[in-house]
Amino acid sequence: MLTRFVSAVLQLCFNLLEPVFSLGQKWLGVTRMGWLFVGPNLLIFGVFTFLPILINLVYAVTGGVNLFPNMRPYVGTENFAILFECKDYTDIQTCRKDVFWRAIFNTAQFSLIQVVLMVFFSLVTALVLNRKIIGRGFWRGVYFYPVLLSPVVVALIWKWLLQGQGVFNAGLVAAGAEPIDWLLDRQWAFFWVIFVSIWAHMGFYTLILLAGLQAIPKDMYEAAEMDAASPWRVLRRITLPLLMPNLIVVLVLAMIRAVQIFDEVFVLTGGGPGSATTFIVQFIYQTGFAEQIHLYGLAAAASLVLAIGLMALTLLQLRLSRASEAGSRAK
Amino acid sequence: MKRNLSPIALAASALVVLWISQTAYAGDIRVMCYQDANECDVTAEQARRFEAANPNTKVIIDVVPYKTIVEQLPVQLAAGQGPDIARVTDLGGLSKYYMDISAHVKDVRYFEANFGATLPWLRPVAGDKGIYGFMSQLTMTGPYINKTLFEQAKVAIPGNKATWDEWAEAARKVAKANKLPAAMAWDRSGHRFAGPAISYGAKIFDKEGNLVLDDGYKTTVNKFVAWHKDGTMLKDVWGGTGGSSYADSVGEFKNGRVAMVLSGSWQINRLQREVGNSFDWVAVPNPCGTVACTGIPGGAAWVALKTSKSPKEVGAFLDFLAQQANYAEWVGKTNNIPAHEGVAKKGALYTTATPAAKAALGIFGWGVSSLSPTAYKFQGYKYNRAIMLPTVSRVTQAIVGEVNTDQALAKIFVDMNEAVKQAQK
Repeated sequence: MLTRFVSAVLQLCFNLLEPVFSLGQKWLGVTRMGWLFVGPNLLIFGVFTFLPILINLVYAVTGGVNLFPNMRPYVGTENFAILFECKDYTDIQTCRKDVFWRAIFNTAQFSLIQVVLMVFFSLVTALVLNRKIIGRGFWRGVYFYPVLLSPVVVALIWKWLLQGQGVFNAGLVAAGAEPIDWLLDRQWAFFWVIFVSIWAHMGFYTLILLAGLQAIPKDMYEAAEMDAASPWRVLRRITLPLLMPNLIVVLVLAMIRAVQIFDEVFVLTGGGPGSATTFIVQFIYQTGFAEQIHLYGLAAAASLVLAIGLMALTLLQLRLSRASEAGSRAK
Repeated sequence: MKRNLSPIALAASALVVLWISQTAYAGDIRVMCYQDANECDVTAEQARRFEAANPNTKVIIDVVPYKTIVEQLPVQLAAGQGPDIARVTDLGGLSKYYMDISAHVKDVRYFEANFGATLPWLRPVAGDKGIYGFMSQLTMTGPYINKTLFEQAKVAIPGNKATWDEWAEAARKVAKANKLPAAMAWDRSGHRFAGPAISYGAKIFDKEGNLVLDDGYKTTVNKFVAWHKDGTMLKDVWGGTGGSSYADSVGEFKNGRVAMVLSGSWQINRLQREVGNSFDWVAVPNPCGTVACTGIPGGAAWVALKTSKSPKEVGAFLDFLAQQANYAEWVGKTNNIPAHEGVAKKGALYTTATPAAKAALGIFGWGVSSLSPTAYKFQGYKYNRAIMLPTVSRVTQAIVGEVNTDQALAKIFVDMNEAVKQAQK
């Protein structure tokens, strides 16, 4: 019944579209018909992606606190000059927007540490979950489960665990130890931000690597076993090289995600203590929206800096992917 | 007979349904409301009575966190979106978005007679005679202490003219005797910080009216940071987050983690409801600095917004809320200080207030007479947030050791001037 209904609806849709396509074919010709199909997508992409980028450019070169572009005075590169003005580039404190530089530094530090650890733990977990262990399905579910949670929920759970009177400190006090300022100490707060983000997203990257591991032909391992190759050698000579395309995807995706980090950290630490966990996206949000004198121009300029960083990472991904493909073909 | 539904007929039906639904909601008004305790609940009760008397109008109260009013409402308004009415605290900062409802209230003279002193706070320019809303209550910043903890520690409560140092010393003794994590906490707010700063001689403005950071302000920053370093202040409130986000200290007070907090009169009802009989709490006069013993005045206002498509209904509803009987009921049930002259003269009937709440209302009422003129000037300054917000973020950086207090002060000065410069563009 349902199938027939769906089929009838689809039939109706196709019938309704038929005159449009016939007309399109008549006007455009068969070779240009592709534009008609990609047109809606291009339109949506243009309106929701390109147009905001253009508007962002307008904001970046205008000043004041008005939201509507026509009410904002043109200031040229002033916003960028404010962001990058430092008396001594080796001392963040001398920069006019020191929090911007702190945010860049924090983001770079976070991305480097988090991505290395993320790839490492995802790889180890994928290797373990690829073996015939007891309850393999259960463990795969356990590691993937946090990915299904909203970042806000993840952050709230961990905040309840880590706050002054949270579960962790209750445990320490019960054991006779002194409570620790998990989120009030700069180093601890930074550690937990990294830990929580790995906990929340590792399952996703593990899944990608697991798929890659399962695609490696079994006969490779059988041949290695016949040659009495050690497990370490098998890992280095078979698993890692054949998993490299997946590893590159994981590496680049994790890097892009790390640079864009915001929601979990914002709920968990609010960027604090001080600016210890303030990252670039939070700086943009704070400057543009959270402060009561909204500096949209400065926020737009900072977001362009972020966009350039992300573009560089995307180009890196393309380059690495092509190099990897070329390497595979050469072998 | 096989019947096909024409796409044109379908689209036409959809348009008719849309038009009917739009028409049905034409008289609705949305009110964005935050509450410290039960302010929106009481407003909702009153709205039901208004609806009964005005059957064509539906009042939808959207209860939102205070943070939404502070951070999201201004962005909505700047984008030409927003509710019909909002309960706001940034009275001057948002005034360009207010709608004049003088044509829609029964008697403009009634508003002038009863809210005359505070109506100018809502007017976008000096000399304007419009009615843009009215103050739902007056507030004053000030401290509360946990009297039970003081008694348990056998520490005498300092007198009415005690200084912040004397209060800090007493609170430290209480904290030590009761094994509290810290003695004091202040709301994470530049508005709260301004009271002690003015008490220590901060003038905030120079002779030309420009913002300045003088010795009074510096003294307070140094004192406040030192209190965090020596454990007098609970680090969680200011150090627990970044940027200039607001965080209140009453949660920590309620949980018995500190002996004293600096918050304000708007917390009375919350303390009454949430502390209950757990311990005795009292409001105490603002401690003294070297030149004054002041808090900061303020309050929240119901304001009509230009984004409204129903100005007539908005005017009628605000007029209804402002009527003496309704206003008296509202402040009486929410334990707030009235801004309505008639209600203030007659004396608000705090029917649900406990003796502690009544005593606190008395303390804050008395405190209004000792407010410094600088405090009033600060509250009325359109760009007061240009100094309040950098104070929060930069002082926090000093508290957690990212910068020293001199660097924090220098940065507050730069941030403050930059924000004012941008706002004036």
